Amino acid sequence: MAEPIISIRDVSKTYKSGLQALKPINLDIMKGEIFALLGPNGAGKTTLISIICGIVNPSSGTVTADGHDIIRDYKAARRKIGLVPQELHTDAFERVIDTVSFSRGLFGFAPNPAHIEKVLRDLSLWEKRNDKIMALSGGMKRRVMIAKALSHEPKILFLDEPTAGVDVELRRDMWAMVRGLRENGVTIILTTHYIEEAEEMADRVGVIDKGQLIVVEEKNALMRKLGKKQLTLELPAPLERIPDGLNGYTLELAAGGNQLIYSFDAQAEDTGIPALLKRLSDVGVDFKDLHTEQSSLEDIFVSLVHRTT
Amino acid sequence: MNTYGVQAIYRFEMARWLRTLGQSLFSPVLSTSLYFIVFGSAIGSRMMEIGGVSYGEFIVPGLIMLSILTESVSNASFGIYMPRWAGTIYELLSAPVSAFEAVCGYVGAAATKSVIIGLVILATARLFVNYEVQNWPAMLAFLVLTSISFCLFGFILGVLADGFEKLQIVPMLILTPLTFLGGTFYSIDMLPEPWRTVTLFNPVVYLISGFRWAFFGAQAADVNIVVSLSAIGVFLAACLAIVWRIFKTGYRLKA
Repeated sequence: MAEPIISIRDVSKTYKSGLQALKPINLDIMKGEIFALLGPNGAGKTTLISIICGIVNPSSGTVTADGHDIIRDYKAARRKIGLVPQELHTDAFERVIDTVSFSRGLFGFAPNPAHIEKVLRDLSLWEKRNDKIMALSGGMKRRVMIAKALSHEPKILFLDEPTAGVDVELRRDMWAMVRGLRENGVTIILTTHYIEEAEEMADRVGVIDKGQLIVVEEKNALMRKLGKKQLTLELPAPLERIPDGLNGYTLELAAGGNQLIYSFDAQAEDTGIPALLKRLSDVGVDFKDLHTEQSSLEDIFVSLVHRTT
Repeated sequence: MNTYGVQAIYRFEMARWLRTLGQSLFSPVLSTSLYFIVFGSAIGSRMMEIGGVSYGEFIVPGLIMLSILTESVSNASFGIYMPRWAGTIYELLSAPVSAFEAVCGYVGAAATKSVIIGLVILATARLFVNYEVQNWPAMLAFLVLTSISFCLFGFILGVLADGFEKLQIVPMLILTPLTFLGGTFYSIDMLPEPWRTVTLFNPVVYLISGFRWAFFGAQAADVNIVVSLSAIGVFLAACLAIVWRIFKTGYRLKA
């Protein structure tokens, strides 16, 4: 089993205004995984990331990054971490190559033009290396932010809403890049509003709401455990009500009585479908088509967040 | 010690200055030249010697100090305020850079700019008056020490400011008047009482007097060199303590 690269113990944050942004949080992030932190606006995602990266002081608790305490041994911890913040904070008058090289130096690494070139090429920025940042599009600026975060070869990369406001093509490019980084051993923690992003990439998912971590689970396990499956039967003629002979099955009518929907436990050994189909035949309910569907991570996320409200 | 980090900040700040080198140097050189034309040539020719030196020579240290103080405060405050304003401060706060290293980078670069400006003004002054510097090492030491002290002061202002206009208030409304009233164009011995005593509460008097001591010796200085050095030492120590406290607590830098 992989060992934790980030260990968060009883970390909380209360701002001077009195707002409690984080209730005590305990979380381990494993080496080499892609961990998605989901949550509605103001849930505490960025506060948690900012604490780990040293931008916000925690009110209590401890965090270690690759074995280094982020406060007592902050220099060693921070050298391992790259951060792509949510907002596009850039030095508008700087050239792309200069700002990326600056970031590498700032994190205490000797100049390495070959690495900077690789990062810029990987992010399709090499041709723009001499352009001033203010001349770049929003998507290109986002790539520059990622290049800065990767300039010092971090072992841990935080992506705070990395694809917010970028087009579909760039989003796909970023997903491919993130997978490539993971293959090279980089641990990635991303926050996102795009549930499909987490569904597409994450190994594990954490859901945070009102400053509280309400679930941490391996993505597929979470979808199996909290997801539900539905069998939809398209009826040739609408039903006014569910026949009495079908009592005992979790059925509901939809589409004006033209659909009969059966919900079942996806994890159960016996889904009950064969017995239901036989029973339908017995009570004289015919159907012209059928299909099954499983709830998405988004459905699970929404239900989890609603459960806490 | 994160030497690459210090170098990165220093180079970044110097590159920002070099992008506008023309206006960065032209402005103080032009204003100093105008002072020399008006006070050195037009008025100075009708003035008697002060402390054994001609009036034109006498005002050279004061005019350099006038530019150094305002440029140091402006450069250093702008250097740290810009990342706060643009949001790029996140990178500094998340980097393995200590308070000391950050200050070395930002204040070091700002002080370098001030020293360069000071030396350029010194060279410009030579075009107008034929001064001699008696103690070059002391003059350079004063130049560097004053630049560092006021760059630290500017750094503090840059952290405290919450708008561009506030960056301008201290140099314009406090430093420039204090420098004008601190003996730039006259010896405080020329003032009648009680203004002479009142002027002794102006800290800039001690800086200009010490700087003038390095140029022309004790006869041209208003106060004892030890007092001047002590004054700048206290100011430097106070600024260092405040900057250390800012980074330690993250005051106005971190939430």
